[in-house]
Amino acid sequence: MSWLIGATLFWLAAWALNVRLAASRFGATRAGRITVAALFGITLLVLWEGLVRGFAVSPIILPGPSVIGPKIASSLPILWADFVQTVIKGALTGFAIGALAAFAAAIAIDRSPFLQKGLLPIGNFVSALPIVGLAPVLVMWFGFDWQSKAAVVVVMVFFPLLVNMVAGLQATDRLHRDLMATYSATYTQRLLKLRLPAAMPFFFNGLKIAATLALIGAIVAEFFGSPIVGMGFRISTEVGKLGLDMVWATIAVAALSGSALYGLIALIESRVTFWHPSQRK
Amino acid sequence: MKDTTHTGSAVIEARNLDLTFQTGDGPVHALRDVNLTINKGDFVSFIGPSGCGKTTFLRCIAALEHPTGGTLTVNGLTPDEARMKRAYGYVFQAAGLYPWRTIAGNVKLPLEIMGFSKADQQARVDRVLDLVELSGFGGKFPWQLSGGMQQRASIARALAFDADILLMDEPFGALDEIVRDRLNEEVLKLWARTGKTIGFVTHSIPEAVYLSTKIVVMSPRPGRITDVIDSPLPKERPLDIRDSREFIEIAHRVREGLRAGHQDD
Amino acid sequence: MTRAMPVLTVLGAIFALWYLAAIWMNATWVYDQAQRAGTTVTLAQVIPQTMAQARPLLPPPHQVAAELWKGVTAQAITSKRSLVYHGYVTFRGTMMGFALGIVLGVALAMAIVRFRVMELSVMPWAIISQTIPIVALAPMILTVSNQIGIDNREVPKAIISAYLSFFPVLVSMVKGLRSPDHMQLDLLSTYGASDGQTFRKLRLPASLPYFFASLKVAIAAALIGTIVGELPTGAIEGLGARMLIGSQFGEPLIMWAALFAAAILAGGLILIVGLIERMAQARMGVPA
Repeated sequence: MSWLIGATLFWLAAWALNVRLAASRFGATRAGRITVAALFGITLLVLWEGLVRGFAVSPIILPGPSVIGPKIASSLPILWADFVQTVIKGALTGFAIGALAAFAAAIAIDRSPFLQKGLLPIGNFVSALPIVGLAPVLVMWFGFDWQSKAAVVVVMVFFPLLVNMVAGLQATDRLHRDLMATYSATYTQRLLKLRLPAAMPFFFNGLKIAATLALIGAIVAEFFGSPIVGMGFRISTEVGKLGLDMVWATIAVAALSGSALYGLIALIESRVTFWHPSQRK
Repeated sequence: MKDTTHTGSAVIEARNLDLTFQTGDGPVHALRDVNLTINKGDFVSFIGPSGCGKTTFLRCIAALEHPTGGTLTVNGLTPDEARMKRAYGYVFQAAGLYPWRTIAGNVKLPLEIMGFSKADQQARVDRVLDLVELSGFGGKFPWQLSGGMQQRASIARALAFDADILLMDEPFGALDEIVRDRLNEEVLKLWARTGKTIGFVTHSIPEAVYLSTKIVVMSPRPGRITDVIDSPLPKERPLDIRDSREFIEIAHRVREGLRAGHQDD
Repeated sequence: MTRAMPVLTVLGAIFALWYLAAIWMNATWVYDQAQRAGTTVTLAQVIPQTMAQARPLLPPPHQVAAELWKGVTAQAITSKRSLVYHGYVTFRGTMMGFALGIVLGVALAMAIVRFRVMELSVMPWAIISQTIPIVALAPMILTVSNQIGIDNREVPKAIISAYLSFFPVLVSMVKGLRSPDHMQLDLLSTYGASDGQTFRKLRLPASLPYFFASLKVAIAAALIGTIVGELPTGAIEGLGARMLIGSQFGEPLIMWAALFAAAILAGGLILIVGLIERMAQARMGVPA
């Protein structure tokens, strides 16, 4: 009981502090924003722990953070191997291939309005489809190892990226295009000096969407067959053995990888598209 | 010589120029039967209400639009050929600077495309930025500058490759009157120093009269020239010339021309 | 017609490539069979055999279409073998998740716009939540709800589906509720309008176009969530479960039929939501 009360009290205190921080001048600074968000995250963990202990929830149903933390620390080699197999080999390889392919395809069809008109509606439609469904097919084609996972990721990220990149290449100002015309710039000059830079915000938007899709694809594909390593494999086997602490440890790694990948792309984006109104300081 | 307007100093010549746009609501006559000669060193303003074809005419000179009838020559060449020879610099209504390039980078853009040498590029950037009084701002990004400074940078960009003709399409339309007055003065100084031929689109009567040696009054539906006024004002023009009798008389004639064009509707 | 031509051409090219790929990929099996039987086959003999295998590596389009047709018409639509039945299960899950996602997204957006502390605390975590691969959570959510005693498979599926679909609604609604500019807000303060009045008379109507625009993304996300929720559960109902069964029993045709049934379902849902969006726009006076 004391755990429940304690957790509730902590929650109320943290929330009250957050309300004051948000209203204060500190809350308007970057550090202030991070503090408030971090405090909220910690509150969630404390509430979780408090509820698990207060209601004496069986660890087979829901282990608390105090159980998951040590499990992570003691299973680092396994978690690392799973991470390498799923994230580095599966997701990142597929992500890189898919991104390059979409980039190249967008430029290839750029000179043909006919192909653009034909491919864009189809690309838009395919982007909205549950492409993860292709996972079993690709596992059948490319085998159980990471190659099939990378293939799933390639297919998943290709269309959203293609659609974004094509839209980006068309998103130049009329004024900027006229300017290039008055210089009699060649197609390549227009592409390199105007249209590619102008397309970058769109491309990075696509990359951010694709980053999430990449991890989903790599993990789902493992549900359809994998060697005895990998995050999807770990989750499905540990759930079967009711080893939920290990499942949560893997989820924590997945969450961290997803956020890190997203953060990395956002960081590169802010370097490359520093000039865009949404990035200006 | 049969046609006296075909003198050696003619830079831009339009004969019976027509431009018709086909739209969903039928044809629009953007320009009809436009005849005009612009001589070397002229400062020509085009003035008229919206839809009179003043911008369209400027875009025809720059080969951004293509006439459907008549002839148009720039330095004795077609507009497309003249463009390949870098005959003109164009200043748009908005500065249109690339946000991912610095001011110096923007001025350098046409030089890179036209293949100037690296050392030449830097020298030219320095020279034209100095000309528009933006030395020291080369490393800034466009969005860090005021609207007036951005427009000056775009003028520098148009000057960088030393075209003989400068085409300006309502370059100061979006700026407030105080900034505009100062930039008008600067454009005049620039014109006096460089001796370029300038085509200048505006919808402000004082601006047209203050700047020009020749004022072309146009009217819409169909877009056409209704009056061409040669200004008797001296080349040296302090700001207070606007209060002189000659200035007011020319302004009056421009206004009359605009009104006459309007009554034709 | 001028808009349909390029799309039809590209579609035609895709079908042609598909047939070529089917011949190429399925031919290996035909040659293997022939070698085992000690006979040789000519290319003309191979091609028909690649078109009608029971377990093709890549079934040609007409085989998929036939399987799809069989799945829809060959039995009563309540049968466990009917794709209509499985499609309906997936559809039900999608709609539940979609509804849940909308409620959650709109409620959070309202709180975030109204209270700064909500924005600072919740918004970063909402963004982070989307970078977490939801499928990692799917088996978890299922076991937990199982242990708690929720036997109904619908609930965990709807949770996963809502987890994916609330985010586009949230982001659009926050943008929409913030879309009125200073002048419009100032006008209402000159009338002495209360917070509630400002919300009802200005912020809410201003946000509606944003809301409807987000629905198309949200429904697609909800469907993906539902199918993912059906995959790792050992579920026996739903299009996702059909894919898993097809994969585990080595029946590629079942897999492909379920995949295309899912695509058709997605297309239909997006079409309907698009129509609703256009009707709403017409009522709000947005030119089409």
